[in-house]
Amino acid sequence: MSAPTAPKFIGAPIRRKEDPRLITGRATYTDDIMLPRMVHVALARSPEAHARIASIDTSAAAAMPGVVEVYSGADLKDVIAPLPCVHSIEDLKEPSHPAVAFEEVRYAGDAVAVVVAESAVQAQDAAREVVVEYEPLPVVVDVVAATAEGSDLVHADIGTNIAFTAVTDVGDVDSAFAGARVVIEERFVNQRQIPIAIEPRAVVADFDAGYDKLTVWSSTQVPHFVRLLLAAVCGHPETKIRVVAPEVGGGFGSKLNFYAEEAIVAYLAKALRRPVKWNGGRTEDILATTHGRDQVCDLSIAADDNGKLLAVRATLYQDLGAYHQLLTPVIPGLTVGMLPGCYTLEHLQVTLHGVFTNKTPTDAYRGAGRPEATFMIERAMDLIARATGKDPVEVRRLNFPAADAFPFTTATGMEYDSGNYQASLDKLLEMVDYDRLRAEQETRRAAGELFGVGLSTYVEICGIGPSAAMTAGGWEACELEVRRTGGIVVKTGISPHGQGQETTFAQIVADGLGVTPDDVEVLHGDTDTCEQGIGTFGSRGQAVGGAALSRCVETIQNKARRIAAHLLEASEDDIVFEAGKLFPRGVPAKAMDFQQIIDAAYVASQLPPEIEPGLSATHFFEPSNFTFPFGAHLAVVAVDKDTGVVTIERYVAVDDCGRVINPMIVEGQLHGGIAQGIAQALYEEAVYDDNGQLLTGSLMDYAVPKATAIPEFELARTETLTPVNPLGAKGVGEAGTIASSAAVINAVVDALSPFDVAHLNMPASPQKVWRAMQGGG
Amino acid sequence: MFPGEFEYHRATSTDEAVRLLADNDGAKLLAGGHSLLPMMKLRLAVPTVLVDIGSIEELAFVRQDNGDLVIGSMTTHADIAASETVAAGHGALAEAAASIGDVQVRNLGTIGGSLAHADPAADYAAAALALDAQIEVLGPDGERSIAAADFFAGLLTTSLAPAELITGVRFPGAGGATSVYEKFAQPASGFAIVGVAAEIKADGGSCAAARIAATGISDRPVRLSQVEAALVGAALDDDGIAAAAEHADAGLTDVRSDMYAAQDYRRHLLGVLVRRAVTRAGS
Ligand SMILES: Cc1cc2nc3c(=O)[nH]c(=O)nc-3n(C[C@H](O)[C@H](O)[C@H](O)COP(=O)(O)OP(=O)(O)OC[C@H]3O[C@@H](n4cnc5c(N)ncnc54)[C@H](O)[C@@H]3O)c2cc1C
Repeated sequence: MSAPTAPKFIGAPIRRKEDPRLITGRATYTDDIMLPRMVHVALARSPEAHARIASIDTSAAAAMPGVVEVYSGADLKDVIAPLPCVHSIEDLKEPSHPAVAFEEVRYAGDAVAVVVAESAVQAQDAAREVVVEYEPLPVVVDVVAATAEGSDLVHADIGTNIAFTAVTDVGDVDSAFAGARVVIEERFVNQRQIPIAIEPRAVVADFDAGYDKLTVWSSTQVPHFVRLLLAAVCGHPETKIRVVAPEVGGGFGSKLNFYAEEAIVAYLAKALRRPVKWNGGRTEDILATTHGRDQVCDLSIAADDNGKLLAVRATLYQDLGAYHQLLTPVIPGLTVGMLPGCYTLEHLQVTLHGVFTNKTPTDAYRGAGRPEATFMIERAMDLIARATGKDPVEVRRLNFPAADAFPFTTATGMEYDSGNYQASLDKLLEMVDYDRLRAEQETRRAAGELFGVGLSTYVEICGIGPSAAMTAGGWEACELEVRRTGGIVVKTGISPHGQGQETTFAQIVADGLGVTPDDVEVLHGDTDTCEQGIGTFGSRGQAVGGAALSRCVETIQNKARRIAAHLLEASEDDIVFEAGKLFPRGVPAKAMDFQQIIDAAYVASQLPPEIEPGLSATHFFEPSNFTFPFGAHLAVVAVDKDTGVVTIERYVAVDDCGRVINPMIVEGQLHGGIAQGIAQALYEEAVYDDNGQLLTGSLMDYAVPKATAIPEFELARTETLTPVNPLGAKGVGEAGTIASSAAVINAVVDALSPFDVAHLNMPASPQKVWRAMQGGG
Repeated sequence: MFPGEFEYHRATSTDEAVRLLADNDGAKLLAGGHSLLPMMKLRLAVPTVLVDIGSIEELAFVRQDNGDLVIGSMTTHADIAASETVAAGHGALAEAAASIGDVQVRNLGTIGGSLAHADPAADYAAAALALDAQIEVLGPDGERSIAAADFFAGLLTTSLAPAELITGVRFPGAGGATSVYEKFAQPASGFAIVGVAAEIKADGGSCAAARIAATGISDRPVRLSQVEAALVGAALDDDGIAAAAEHADAGLTDVRSDMYAAQDYRRHLLGVLVRRAVTRAGS
């Protein structure tokens, strides 16, 4: 976008327009939607992780008060098609994923029956009365053991638990290892996490028989995908489906999906001709919303004795859970792609196995594949430092590409758009006074304290993404409409749910058209209003959605200039559009207000035939590449020798996400992101027992950190624009999460160096740290 | 999640509450609701009748009585944590109350409800045992008083009879002793993985009397008599305390184990907390 005036709003920390309704309880979430004659759905779910359904008896449930209808999986299998997975993986094994299981259940939480009743209580009470006879089958829980010859199988019909194996082999790894002075081998575990959005998933559907129109409200990040997939799975024309994502209370990737409940509720609304609601609540959300991470990786690293990284060899096991959800098998590909991190690396060989187990399916979770990669490569840097006796800073510097090496192509074929890794690291070291920090460490160590400093210099892939690299399009759409009164409406295809684009998009328009953010209404999340879009995920809202908006702004500017040129009898190229005024260059006295142009566009009586009435624009923006934000994070921790408790004393971060539209929102994204990374480093872990029972099935057991566990953040930025989009913005939604786990664990391992601990997997719980101090794993 | 169906009564007096309990099979008292309601939503408890004692004002108080500290059963964790009367002589109790859950839980949860619920990881349990509390009870046959040592009978089980109601908890005066509570919290629930209440009477630099109890370790709170015995007469310095703390898990069987703390780690934590609690109470 060629902003004709110096930006007034872009870059300003203006307050979020969406907050008043959110903090005064006036926002409408899916569960707030009440429709006349509405019925409620409850799902009976399998308590078994793997079993054959020998019989199912729904008669007692059907006889319960208020029950309208009860369906088993068999009743629905021919009317709701299996759930889709979107991928481009060669030879992927794709076992059928029925919305409701009918022959076999494959994880504890798999739905087995659907109860519809007049009230939610009645539906839930009746769901308890569905009698299912389960014949237990062997349960597969260990992702590595599941790949062994002769392992019990999650899907007997496909004959293996390995859904796919993908090999990436670049350079000459064998020779690089053969000649290396330093070789390190370690098993890295990125434990399974449960996303825990504040709002559990919920769905409401209504069918208008007169128009044959299906309206579905869902707590989703991707209403347009839901529209498309509902059409496919329920066989209703896409043109007669409206999907609304009302206020959505967080998603973190777990609502970048198409879920059984969306299909079931939509189907029922049409079948019963009554509005239908399902709200799973926290317990079901934990069981039946996708989980994240869950990788085991055997990694070997070769380096020379200066600490120069030579080669990486890895066998990576991704626990897929029991079925493919929308993007399940795609996520670990991002880990492989980003494994080189922000370092030059020529030789790399990764064998990736996607493996079924009898657990809840995994899929995107904030960072989606990249935090896993960062954890490994950033730990690897510290392991190299340890092996060569160098400072972790020195090893990183040695391996960074030069600041003038961009665009920089990595061993895995990523083209890093722009970057300056030295600059963010330098700024970080200056902020913390690194030499003094290390001196303090010596003093405190001498006094018997366990004190550690950990770095994470990260790069991530976002602004997802060019359509050529996606399976279902990576563009974003936007419409901009200047209304008669001067009010401006933006209709964006992204579907923000906490990212603040009602504000940042208004800032972009305000600067571009010389209005104020209050003049701009940003609409989103309703496929009848914003007809085309891809959605909000992969830190793409600003970089792709914002870019589409910039194009619209540019189109409006140009049309306004054309109209002004006509009215002022000047040449279009000569018209300046500045601070809401249009005038021939050098003749500001002849200026017209933008409002006069709007009037002319709509009254239209003075428009020449070659200018259409109206003032609106629609654009689809196709990014030419991903964007690659980067930065340097540092954690300072103290470990309690007696108990193993880790306390983060300081957390300092320098992030570079390209152009910043609203620094307050960027900081907010970083706060939440870093907190979620700290959660992985120290607290959260979804634990299954040998029978495939989730032991962390409630918030009394699954340790989402409380505010008191999160330190103050000291944040700073460098600003390296991306050439990939007209805004220069890279995206910042996931950066904090991607960077922070590694920084914290590096600090913990550093603190434990008096015990000669080389590596620790996550979460570094007090018990685990204590065991490490006892010399055990 | 919804609880099963129940009838609701709001009792206006303790007598009425006891009568409602006695007259209705499957009736349960409702105090702060912060243990009972979650259990009902999970259908782990399905009472047919709820007797709400929340509006019986005379059950919420903190007062001195003949040198004893008496606390009404409906007194909230927040009020106990904030009470100067409690803090003055019974620091372990005030600290235990302050360590419970979060603000919402402390504003509604009550000491009577917590004791009656008898969660094996509840914080008051350790304090009640270390501070030699008497649980004052009203039942269809009148009033009685149960020593904390006899009150806890196992996992979620007490020696309360079905229609009995806790009216208050009586703590003997501190008599110059100092008490503290040390807690190692489970990161998700906030409950104690281990909690240690210690009451120490110092005499010069040595220990004249000690009462120490722990929660989270077993199915009910436990007295650590071997530590107490080792402390009495010992110097309250690092060495003396460390030596006594060595006995922390002596004789304990059935030590709890879960994903946050296996038995060996729990035993270890117990020793650490005993040392910390005694050090603080004895200084
Ligand atoms: C999120 C959360 C975190 C928590 N964290 C902690 C923690 O860290 N430490 C801790 O100790 N506790 C914790 N708790 C439990 C909390 O302290 C409860 O408030 C307490 O256990 C029960 O008190 P209540 O007043 O809420 O009782 P209720 O839930 O109303 O009742 C509990 C039981 O006691 C019975 N009862 C209640 N009052 C009486 C009475 N006067 N006489 C006889 N029986 C009675 C009831 O019938 C019921 O069976 C937590 C609870 C929650 C929800």
